[in-house]
Amino acid sequence: MKTLNHAQNAANFNKDEKRVDWHDETLWWIRQKRDKSAFQIPEWESLRDAASAIKANTLSNLHQYLIEFEKNALANGVKIHWARDAKEHNDIVYGLLKEKGIDKMVKSKSMLTEECHLNEYLERKGIEVIDSDLGERIVQLAKEPPSHIVLPCIHKKKEEIGELFHEHLGTPAGNADPQVLTEAARIHLRETFLTRKAALTGVNFAVAETGEIVICTNEGNADMGAHLADLHIACMGIEKLVPSRAHLAVFLRLLARSATGQPITTYSSHFAKPRAGKELHIVLVDNGRTRQLGRAEFRNSLKCIRCGACMNTCPVYRRSGGHSYHNAIAGPIGAILAPNLAMKEYADLPFASTLCGSCSNVCPVKIDIHDQLYKWRQVLVKEGHTTTAKQLAMQTMATTLSSPTLFKIAGKTARVTLKYAPFMVNNKFNAWYLQRDMPKVPKSSFSEWYQTNRKQNEQ
Amino acid sequence: MKVALFIPCYIDQFYPQVAIACLELLERLGIDVSYPLGQTCCGQPMANSGFEHLADGCNTLFVKNFIGFDYIVAPSGSCVLHIKEHLKNDSQLDLVKHIKATTYELTSFLVDILKVEHLTSSFPYRVGMHQSCHGQRGLKLSQMSELNAPEFSKPGKLLSLVKDIELVELDRKDECCGFGGTFCVAEEAVSVKMGKDRINDHTKQDVEYITGVDMSCLMHLEGILNRQNSSISVKHIAEILNGVKA
Amino acid sequence: MSSRDQILTAVKANQPPLMTLPALDSFFESPKNELIIKFTQVLSSIGGSVIEVEDETEIGAFIREHYPLANIRAISPLANMQGIADRYEAENNPHKLENVELAILPAHFAVAENGACWLSETLLAERVLPFITQHLILVVNKNDILPTMHEAYQKISDETYGYGTFIAGPSKTADIEQSLVLGAHGARSLLVFLV
Repeated sequence: MKTLNHAQNAANFNKDEKRVDWHDETLWWIRQKRDKSAFQIPEWESLRDAASAIKANTLSNLHQYLIEFEKNALANGVKIHWARDAKEHNDIVYGLLKEKGIDKMVKSKSMLTEECHLNEYLERKGIEVIDSDLGERIVQLAKEPPSHIVLPCIHKKKEEIGELFHEHLGTPAGNADPQVLTEAARIHLRETFLTRKAALTGVNFAVAETGEIVICTNEGNADMGAHLADLHIACMGIEKLVPSRAHLAVFLRLLARSATGQPITTYSSHFAKPRAGKELHIVLVDNGRTRQLGRAEFRNSLKCIRCGACMNTCPVYRRSGGHSYHNAIAGPIGAILAPNLAMKEYADLPFASTLCGSCSNVCPVKIDIHDQLYKWRQVLVKEGHTTTAKQLAMQTMATTLSSPTLFKIAGKTARVTLKYAPFMVNNKFNAWYLQRDMPKVPKSSFSEWYQTNRKQNEQ
Repeated sequence: MKVALFIPCYIDQFYPQVAIACLELLERLGIDVSYPLGQTCCGQPMANSGFEHLADGCNTLFVKNFIGFDYIVAPSGSCVLHIKEHLKNDSQLDLVKHIKATTYELTSFLVDILKVEHLTSSFPYRVGMHQSCHGQRGLKLSQMSELNAPEFSKPGKLLSLVKDIELVELDRKDECCGFGGTFCVAEEAVSVKMGKDRINDHTKQDVEYITGVDMSCLMHLEGILNRQNSSISVKHIAEILNGVKA
Repeated sequence: MSSRDQILTAVKANQPPLMTLPALDSFFESPKNELIIKFTQVLSSIGGSVIEVEDETEIGAFIREHYPLANIRAISPLANMQGIADRYEAENNPHKLENVELAILPAHFAVAENGACWLSETLLAERVLPFITQHLILVVNKNDILPTMHEAYQKISDETYGYGTFIAGPSKTADIEQSLVLGAHGARSLLVFLV
């Protein structure tokens, strides 16, 4: 089955307007919480500058930092693995589990494993994976991907979650009280944490200077999993590095405030060494990141710390839903990361934006997201990921607009056509006219008016 | 001071009254304004669709038309931003540099260059100001809601000089209307939904008019308002500042 | 070539010229005397509680009064919590902590701007203890409240630890329609005593 493009998915999402309103308002509320929190920090904009500059330095010296990180992590007793792509990443994780004869694993949030489709891969190999973040567990039970990187089930209504929990966890039918549902998940997942020998987590930051990794959660699920398992596997993209501990201060001040408006996540845990007699493995993953690093125009996308602020503020994301982006990472940041992974498959995403620029303004590391969307459009068209019809239309438009004479004729035709034969354009094939009237047509253009009323001044 | 009037193509064709208001307003302020007749379009429709490489003809034409002025002024944030960010002509680098530096959106020209402190116009209606994104975030015409920075608004300052106008506060002061150039047809569903939501914010405040610095956004909102048989009308800010009666 | 070497080679080939690191000096705050107020206000706003006490005997009295100690398992490595909580000797068997109701732990310091307390492994009997316990009490010296995360990381810049964590409030989630629920997987409540 062909994957629908963003516009088609968005049109489907918009069939239920009340739900779109609900989705929009929920995310806007989070944007407002972010504003309130950010505006309490007088040095907020300087912090964003600093964060962006730290990441710029990291990317410019990534080779050295990776070597330093590896050396320090190894000295800490951590095992390091390198994966060029999603497949190698998945193979490494599976290999570690197989070696220990483990067939059940608990996992906390990691967008990287979503990007690599790890769960599906492990399930095919007979490994059971249980996601422990509440939102991720919910979408996992619903057999859906997350629709948001921080709020995985933001698209789901509590009644739907109540039904899922009734079916899978035996909560009372018709009960949609978040308190009750969360308690049920707590009990169910506590049993999981206590019985799993392996825990996989993501990584928010990795410190080159110390070889430690930092994992941020509100629920405490990453810690519960990792501290109770014999084997802790932490998977990270190579861009997650920061030079030293001092730099964590800047990012931890920005991350949660940008994401949800909290001053910091409940837990910010620093893992340097494995527990006595246990193992900590870190998988460093490329999967296209070195390619993006080489694209000067798009390199800055690797600064992303996955806060989700650009999604919450994006007027298109709020009204089209995360799944419409058909990519592990949705929203504006997803739309500039995805074409690097597969240009043809994600050629629609950079066009799913009005280029309003709000994303770049909320970004805590100041990624020029909307400018990169514009630049991706140029690259995609040049690489041939466009339609012949669009190409012809653009060529015609360019020719017309390059010639004052043709422009005047075309303008007259358009105005005359609109004026005397509105049916010519006011039909269902005209996407403008479906829900919008055409502009009323004036008698003359401005340039005609000007020649009549002011031209004497020109001569 | 020699000023060239740069009129976006769709204003020339569909909203000549906006261009006339802009011209008259500048003339009334004592500016020597002329309108280069050979102008067509800034090339943004192609560029934003990914066809920047087809905009060479527009670029050459733009430079040709707008040589020799102290300032170039347009009643549009979006087209001005496009010129400032994307006008290219490798054989005329100095000219291009000068054009980029001296092209102004109308309200920023009035506030920053002419330092307008008085206007004679009156507009006795309840008005909502739609902050078009390219003017707002691209040209920084007003303080942006995302940033932790002091409040200011160039269009707002000018509207406050208009007599009897009643400006309303919106819930979402700078949310995008969903026009977005070809986005408005390529992503029809979301575009219209965004437009409807923007209109609702104004409707809740009982406005009689929606104004803004970009007629393209207003054209999109007007299309929806007219389909809804709404009593709300759109007016470009140039028309209000020029004092043309509603 | 190994994957490691392939990745490192690609990184080296594709990384841009070196960009300098920014100075962070301007973010350090001059010492303030409102740190207790700020810390209390922030931690309360994220679901935690703060109680200022004169000495540690007050803590014992408070716990005796508010927790049904006879019926629950309470654990603390703190010497002066004897008689209230069991001393738990690390046995490298975290699963044995499954039924802990209350853990009383010291923290190295607290951070005013976000209500967080820093605990490194040396203070924890087991890493999982502050998470697996149903309720958590932390004890911090009131002179050890730092203004921001910058001072916090300056303080631990040269520390060696196997594990350390900032804890700011009780475990929470808002994954279901953004309704805030305390007690997701970690402690359901957090009480900080400032001594």
